[in-house]
Amino acid sequence: MKPSLTARSLLAALLLAAGGSAGAADKSVAITQIVEHPSLEAIRQGVLDELAAQGLKPGQGLKLDYQNAQGNPATAAQIARKFAGDRPDAIVAITTPSAQAVAAATRDIPVVFVTVTDPIAARLVKSLERPGGNVTGTSDATPIAEQLALVRELTPQVRRLGVIYNPGEVNAVAQLERARAEGARFGLTVVESAAPKSSDVLGAARALVGKADAIYVPVDNTVVSALEAVVKVGLEAKLPVYSGDTDSVARGTLASLGYDYYASGRQSGRMLLRVLNGEAPGSMPVERIEKLELHLNLKTARVIGVELPAAVRGRAAKLID
Amino acid sequence: MSLFAFLGALELGFVYALVALGVFLSFRVLQFPDLTVDGSFPLGAAVAASLIVAGLDPWTSTLAACAAGAAAGLLTAWMTLRLRILNLLASILTMIALYSINLRIMGKPNVALLGESTVLSPLAALGLPGYVLTPIAFGVLVLVLKWLLDRFLGSELGLAMRATGENPRMARANGIATARTTLVGMALSNALVALAGALFAQSQGSADVTMGVGTIVVGLAAVIGGEALLHPRTVALATAACILGSLVYRVLVALALNADFLGLQAQDLNLITAVLVGAALVLPRLGRGRAAA
Repeated sequence: MKPSLTARSLLAALLLAAGGSAGAADKSVAITQIVEHPSLEAIRQGVLDELAAQGLKPGQGLKLDYQNAQGNPATAAQIARKFAGDRPDAIVAITTPSAQAVAAATRDIPVVFVTVTDPIAARLVKSLERPGGNVTGTSDATPIAEQLALVRELTPQVRRLGVIYNPGEVNAVAQLERARAEGARFGLTVVESAAPKSSDVLGAARALVGKADAIYVPVDNTVVSALEAVVKVGLEAKLPVYSGDTDSVARGTLASLGYDYYASGRQSGRMLLRVLNGEAPGSMPVERIEKLELHLNLKTARVIGVELPAAVRGRAAKLID
Repeated sequence: MSLFAFLGALELGFVYALVALGVFLSFRVLQFPDLTVDGSFPLGAAVAASLIVAGLDPWTSTLAACAAGAAAGLLTAWMTLRLRILNLLASILTMIALYSINLRIMGKPNVALLGESTVLSPLAALGLPGYVLTPIAFGVLVLVLKWLLDRFLGSELGLAMRATGENPRMARANGIATARTTLVGMALSNALVALAGALFAQSQGSADVTMGVGTIVVGLAAVIGGEALLHPRTVALATAACILGSLVYRVLVALALNADFLGLQAQDLNLITAVLVGAALVLPRLGRGRAAA
């Protein structure tokens, strides 16, 4: 009696779900994303807007299925299986773990990944020029050299650059290593400060006071989610804070020369459109995100006493005041 | 829900059934609240992935992962028994430490296994697609391990371990070395969890340092959910309940992923999962209540 009732209620739910997911549309796109995050939302919006610009809107020629693993890798794996079973025309995988889960689940459905820093190390493609297989996308290797040059240009007195990062985040570690390698060229010594959790960020920022002349926040989901703590320490100790992502400038960092994530979504959306039109991902080279933007925070500059020359202001895509 | 999604749910369900069996050993048999699993799951993945990438064969790598998990369990038990740190806190200390240790083992936060030879590679020779064979292979493995675990819990050492959990003072009075049984049980528990991590990494194509987050929650949900469904009175039924609980949990998550027809969106996923699991626990009891009235 008891198990059969459970089984019946399960079956009912199953049938309900199966009936509900039916529907006809011209092109079907499934998007999987590992976690909610402002930059990732901007990317997804960019992809969708690019599709919309070509007349593909949800419900009008486009069947969209968006799933978010809410930070859980097992859920990301299940989303990948669901998509492999639903067989959409293309899968968009935002971030490395989601892309790896999808690549493990299907070898034939076309996959376009977005914001994967090192697609070769992640084993998503064999080469950047000719990915082979069913996977291609856009890579967002952070432009570290350009950012270090910006640090020297705006604050030439800086010699020791403190970097706050999560040692558990693959992209953040890669950026730290590149900063260390490139730093010598710009006369900068990197002082690292680890923050494995968002709640560790304040302590990690305070640990840099007296040990560093400026703080650099890489594109690191953990640190960026607690960015206000770094900004606060920077303002108190009059340390310039630079960020790898431009969105953080509005939240109080001094400056950033970074990707426009929305634009990178648009760029990935263009690749997605080519895939939807029948091009084989295996023969589409992985694209680097092209567009760099300078964002400056004038208010922060005033508080910590940094002069921003008019020439630099003129180059900025966005001035926060 | 497509066949593919359903089989994927079964595959994950079997992987996490190993976690549930491990959690059953610590929480239920030894009555030892053990959070080490949040660290030993990625530990198993990290050890297996690093060794496979270094060129070792996947079977030895997976065994090494189990051994590493056992060591983590021993460390927690040792801290509790010898250093007299409260069991819950000792397991939290091991869990935190393992985060750094896992990073050290892998040398970076993510080790990719896509395209490497894994324990699942020989299945490709059988002709059927991987999404069918992997859940079958994992299912067979889980059932074999369940049978071995049942046998073990009926053995002299196993009975001593159960006595240790039920009433440690009485167990000691009857000449049971409770420290030894706790050490063995915790090692076994975390070896199972690490095995789950190693298999998960090999079927998902990567080991990631963050993949342990919430392992204990899923393991406990499977153990308690399975108990609510089966009301086990014997050891064999109790371990079966762990496996059933894990499978049901994963099928419910797969259902939640298909809940968009209700106007629900991606951000509602965890909420839907919680509601579905809650309903699966309560519905059978409601049915019984009506039958009795």
